[in-house]
Amino acid sequence: MSIMINKDTKVITQGITGSTGLFHAQGAREYGTQMVGGVTPGKGGTIIDGFPVFDTVTDAVNKTGATASVIYVPPPFAADSIMEAVDAGIELVCCITEGIPVLDMVKVKQYMKGKKTRLVGPNCPGVITPGQCKIGIMPGYIHKPGKVGVVSRSGTLTYEAVWQLTCLGLGQSTCVGIGGDPVNGTNHLDVLRLFEADPDTEAVIMIGEIGGTSEEDAARFVKEHMTKPVAAYIAGLTAPPGKRMGHAGAIISGGKGTAAEKVEILKECGISVAASPAEMAQALLRIYKP
Amino acid sequence: MNIHEYQAKAILREFGVPVPDGHVCYNSAGAREWAKRLGEGPWVVKAQIHAGGRGKGGGVKLARTADEVRLISREMLGMTLRTHQTGPEGKLVTRVLVENGCNIASELYVSLVVDRGTSKVTVMASTEGGMDIEEVAAKTPEKIFTETVDPLVGLTPFQCRKIAFSLGLGGKLVNKAVTVLRGLYKTFISCDCSMLEINPLVITAEENLICLDAKFGFDDNAVFRHPKLSDMRDYDEEDANEIEASQHDLSYISLNGNIGCLVNGAGLAMATMDIIKHYGGDPANFLDVGGGATIERVTEAFKLILSDKNVKGILVNIFGGIMKCDIIATGVVEAAKQVSLQVPLVVRLEGTNVARGKEILAESGLNIVAADGMADAAQKIVQAVEGDSI
Repeated sequence: MSIMINKDTKVITQGITGSTGLFHAQGAREYGTQMVGGVTPGKGGTIIDGFPVFDTVTDAVNKTGATASVIYVPPPFAADSIMEAVDAGIELVCCITEGIPVLDMVKVKQYMKGKKTRLVGPNCPGVITPGQCKIGIMPGYIHKPGKVGVVSRSGTLTYEAVWQLTCLGLGQSTCVGIGGDPVNGTNHLDVLRLFEADPDTEAVIMIGEIGGTSEEDAARFVKEHMTKPVAAYIAGLTAPPGKRMGHAGAIISGGKGTAAEKVEILKECGISVAASPAEMAQALLRIYKP
Repeated sequence: MNIHEYQAKAILREFGVPVPDGHVCYNSAGAREWAKRLGEGPWVVKAQIHAGGRGKGGGVKLARTADEVRLISREMLGMTLRTHQTGPEGKLVTRVLVENGCNIASELYVSLVVDRGTSKVTVMASTEGGMDIEEVAAKTPEKIFTETVDPLVGLTPFQCRKIAFSLGLGGKLVNKAVTVLRGLYKTFISCDCSMLEINPLVITAEENLICLDAKFGFDDNAVFRHPKLSDMRDYDEEDANEIEASQHDLSYISLNGNIGCLVNGAGLAMATMDIIKHYGGDPANFLDVGGGATIERVTEAFKLILSDKNVKGILVNIFGGIMKCDIIATGVVEAAKQVSLQVPLVVRLEGTNVARGKEILAESGLNIVAADGMADAAQKIVQAVEGDSI
């Protein structure tokens, strides 16, 4: 088992006729993911590099049986694409698009209330269950099937953690990039809950950064409910306050959301915190014997 | 993106939110004329810079006569204003806002923010106007009242009344507060704000509500749909390198250290700064070249880092996902040649096409130190820079 996706997951690409969408759909197919088609309004009925294209997500779902979708639609239209996928009853939506206006996401979140869809992202690398299914832009070959779950707000920092694990011979159950935006679909806590319930996940690496309280909320869950060992790294110890560090959500405002504050709470909750980003896998091995 | 106070007040006026009558002036004679046109006095002359704490630094002054407006403006225009937010170098004042004074009976605080916890807009109000709200929150949290807004319905009149009654308002002021709060919410949504702060919102002796100061934060992701707002951008108020960076789609923030960083991905870029510090160095900047960067973009990133004269060494840290290591390597070599690089350069590459990337670096004939992993890279650059400074 794994969380969110496995070898049977059928995936469609929203924005498949754009160069980015097509490039990553091809990459995912090469990895072995069941990429069953795509959506571009107005291009329904055509085929692009073997992928059938549909006008609407509902069409695509009806014809292909897809339960997951990945979005590469440009920022001004991406919120609408998420809602279209929700309306079509897609179970998992991964929105890779970076730069969606925050107030668009506020509406999307409200729209999703009471619906069965899980949204991962936006502004994220996607989700991968190594050896089974890759949805998103991460390089597949750095991963290795195994028992460690990874959850992170950052893309390349996730690759860093995964690569450290793989180099030590530790495989991963599922890796989830939740994205760097202030308003997103899935947070650290949601993913920890899934990892705790997943029999194939034995331990977790959680990667966070400055801004918000997602990491603190997750840490309290670890203390109170988790039986599996959790290691963590928080980026941004040297980040100056009031400046947005690339990610829209990575900002220390009003003295809140500093890395030091987060590290302290994580440690109090029994999480093994890596002192530097080069030591994420070692931090896990301090509390986890594979 | 930030805007000036006079621009903020013009936006509020457009949405029917009461602000004092006033006008921006670029010279002292104009300030005197505008004062006479605005009314009888007294007036307030306010230096327009993108920083708080102007009052304490001498950037806000009361004038009793139009001549006094002229004298104060003459003093302010051209002065370098230093506040706790400008840093010791201060900021040059090139424009002042002249506005009518008002009879303040008491001061309130109102702000709107996107709350990450609820994923909704939250209205915050307090009786402690004129104070630093973080301080109020820490010392007397019971004096802050909040309402969470349903995005599909908007801020309702009953919510505004709740806030007004919590603030102790009565009589005609309740309905006036409803108008102000609804106007602020409309402004917030229409302009894609991330933050809108009115501090203070004053109650005048005549029982009116009026916004004496206004601070906007805009969502950078939404600026594309507000061309009028981007016209308000004052490039003189921003870091020249950060403007240059944004024109090349690079995310760059200058810091005070001496080790330049070129990294792909915001999280990894922050982590790279952290690990430099961890090994005793000091990062000169945050720089995320993003995914899908071209050789040109990497070259620009390189030039940008080197334009900071404090930079004594550069660390390139790339984990290729979308980005291929051979493209980065080519960009690094090109840029190093173009700027005839004089400082030590450590490059750490990992990911897609890493072998080819390392080959390109080795074949370049340039003095580039290759590193394996982040720790190795950080140690090597810190060592190189320390060696240089001895």
